[in-house]
Amino acid sequence: MTVDFGYGMTLVALVLAIYGAAAAAVGARAGRPALVESAQHAALGVFVLITACFALLTYAFLTFDFSVRYVATNTNLGTPFYYRITGVWGALEGSIILWSWMLGLYTLILILRHRDSARELYPWALATMLGILAFFLLVMTFAAPPFQRQVPVAADGRGLNPLLEDTGMITHPVALYLGFTGFTVPFAFAMAALITGRVGDTWLVLTRRWTIVAWYFLSLGLLIGGWWSYHVLGWGGYWAWDPVENAAFMPWLTATAFLHSVMIQERRRMLKLWNIVLVILTFGLTLFGTFLTRSGVIASVHAFTQGSIGALFLGFLALVMLTALGLVAWRWEAFRSQGELDSVVSRESAFLLNNVLLIAAAFTVFFGTVFPLLSEAVRGVKVSVGAPFFNQVNVPLFLSLLFLMGVGPLIAWRRASLENLKKNFLWPVVLGVAAAAAAFVLGVRSALAALTFATTVFVGTTIGVDFVRATRARLRVGEALVPAVGGLLRRHNRRYGGFVVHLGILLIALGVTGSHAWSVQTEATLRRGETAELAGYRFRFDDLTAVEESNHFKVVGAFTVSNGRALHVLRPAKKFYPQEQSPIAYVDYRLGLKEDVYLVLGDFARDGTQATIKLQVNRLVSWIWIGGVVLTLGALLAILPERRTA
Amino acid sequence: MRRLWRWLIPLAVLPVLALLAYGFRVDPRDIPSPLIGRPAPAFGLTTFEGTPLSLAAHRGKVVVLNFWASWCQPACYEEAPVLERNWREYRDRGVVVVGVDIQDRREPAEKFVREFGLTFPNAQDLTGAVSVDYGVYGVPETFFLDRQGRIRVKHVGAVTDAVFRANVDRLLAEPGSP
Repeated sequence: MTVDFGYGMTLVALVLAIYGAAAAAVGARAGRPALVESAQHAALGVFVLITACFALLTYAFLTFDFSVRYVATNTNLGTPFYYRITGVWGALEGSIILWSWMLGLYTLILILRHRDSARELYPWALATMLGILAFFLLVMTFAAPPFQRQVPVAADGRGLNPLLEDTGMITHPVALYLGFTGFTVPFAFAMAALITGRVGDTWLVLTRRWTIVAWYFLSLGLLIGGWWSYHVLGWGGYWAWDPVENAAFMPWLTATAFLHSVMIQERRRMLKLWNIVLVILTFGLTLFGTFLTRSGVIASVHAFTQGSIGALFLGFLALVMLTALGLVAWRWEAFRSQGELDSVVSRESAFLLNNVLLIAAAFTVFFGTVFPLLSEAVRGVKVSVGAPFFNQVNVPLFLSLLFLMGVGPLIAWRRASLENLKKNFLWPVVLGVAAAAAAFVLGVRSALAALTFATTVFVGTTIGVDFVRATRARLRVGEALVPAVGGLLRRHNRRYGGFVVHLGILLIALGVTGSHAWSVQTEATLRRGETAELAGYRFRFDDLTAVEESNHFKVVGAFTVSNGRALHVLRPAKKFYPQEQSPIAYVDYRLGLKEDVYLVLGDFARDGTQATIKLQVNRLVSWIWIGGVVLTLGALLAILPERRTA
Repeated sequence: MRRLWRWLIPLAVLPVLALLAYGFRVDPRDIPSPLIGRPAPAFGLTTFEGTPLSLAAHRGKVVVLNFWASWCQPACYEEAPVLERNWREYRDRGVVVVGVDIQDRREPAEKFVREFGLTFPNAQDLTGAVSVDYGVYGVPETFFLDRQGRIRVKHVGAVTDAVFRANVDRLLAEPGSP
């Protein structure tokens, strides 16, 4: 019953989406607003149907409806309430529903916002959105239907992948998908611009905030993914250059490039072609990412479901890229640039360099990710590309980007004079060099860490200098301090939002550098009452207890941790799920601004007299998460409606 | 000239797409076993019925060594009838199927054997030593051993009739042990 109903709704939604895409396109071509309006109704219908599918599946999860195969494979009677909801998008079929639902939501917002404001571009953008939505509904109908009958109806389900039983799993996919799907909107407008030949600034202005929103959610998704990896997987890291992480990182890089190059087009009428290509690349990379995670073409620690869906995604990727880039070639003449580069020492060239570096980073990540495939195709040799490759290539790129982050926003447009450079960069450079010297005196012997530290201080100072100067200018015309700062943030919210995001990135860079340079770890096998030491901490093994939980059995160790003054007990555990081949580690940790204490329980004696424990003291990792919060504030500031007239 | 040149932009994605399409033909998880061509590690286990089971006892036969577990759903459930069917068909032609149940509890494992009416020798690897010796990464994995007792093929995932026949027929066609 549930299955038939759900499947029926998916099918109707698919038909409606196809109709809507066609109606919007025909309406746009023939100039018939009635058809476009009809497409809008279709879009609303699609959204309502997907919402209903989503609700129905959630209901099936909550009521343990094991006649639905997806429910039977991703939950069991022991799954707690909370994870029965997140279990809805815990695997392929459900995550496609979530994806389609968000796409539908974005389509509705697009309709509400742009229906009246962008007469020429809007119908084509709507047609593109609905076309893409139709593809995902096609996947939902034929390749990975969430509503499939389980025959015979199972008495109990298999259960959710235990690693996904974590709060991070509610927010991580949601944020990541909001980011991924969010880039569909700028892409849709880029398509509209190419089809109508209006490749000027209109599409760019229309999609500016959309891009920031999508970029922000993607950033958040990546950060939450890192947090999940850090506190669930128990290896003490947050990023491993795994193909699936790379899949989400590549569109982030190209989108970041786009966010910056947009400013050159707005200001100097340059890079029109480049901007369109960046948007196409970003959207293409989101599809590529989905393809990568779902096709099983490249080995990854992320064990996602595989199936025929890979071929479908590859076909769609081919269609999208060939059509979009074909349109670019077709409209070639329209991309003539109106501005040109006046000087190498200018904001334009700083931004250009930023773009080149970001694209280089995206390319190396792409190359490293597909290299195993290339090697096997060309030489017939199986290889894997590990973190050392990615780090070696990307660290210099990212360090340069960090440096440019200080230069770009302050250097003059067109041609920077010596005065301009001196006025803006004297203090930042002095303080940056001083910071490097101070780090050396304080005993920092890692050149990379010192360099990052110096660059961070340099960039931080440029932001401070700019802000103080702008505030002073307002004070001089008689404003009080608080309204002056408030007015500055509100009137130039994009600029200062960007600055705050930069500060967030600086903090993340500090955290990444610190954790790589200074984290320490060891492993110890302890008898009850014995202690191990690491980095000034003492860890005493107190006892081991077994606990029966609703859907698993766990063994919890108790360890007293002390560093002279504070004492606390950490309880890392091992969870045994009946449906899993091997136990799942449950990490316990104590976070701190300076360092985290991080414990993973290894093997243990059955009588509880002895346990092996992995001890880590991870330095500065918390700054990554703090940076994420700062980044959020900055992004919020940047997407506020602009109030130039205030 | 310029008009043609610009069409290179969309065409540039073709090699990438081709490479990705090629990806469907290879399995990244299919890591060649270093054991291929080597003598199969010996083991001595006890079957569910309580009789001793060792590889040495089947020397001179083609051995299909299957690692499974009762919790391995659905692959092990798919291949169990296939193994039984082919075992019955080939048993008189110098072929033996040996099942090794790993990381499992006795009860559900015995239920598995009973439900599928498995008649070929099946034993539990209680210590995990056998699966370690064979480098078993997950279940099901199946090793095809030739009559000299060397590992010739490692198959990951459920065995199908086609896989079983192709490998066993090929090994049977080879000249027997001296």
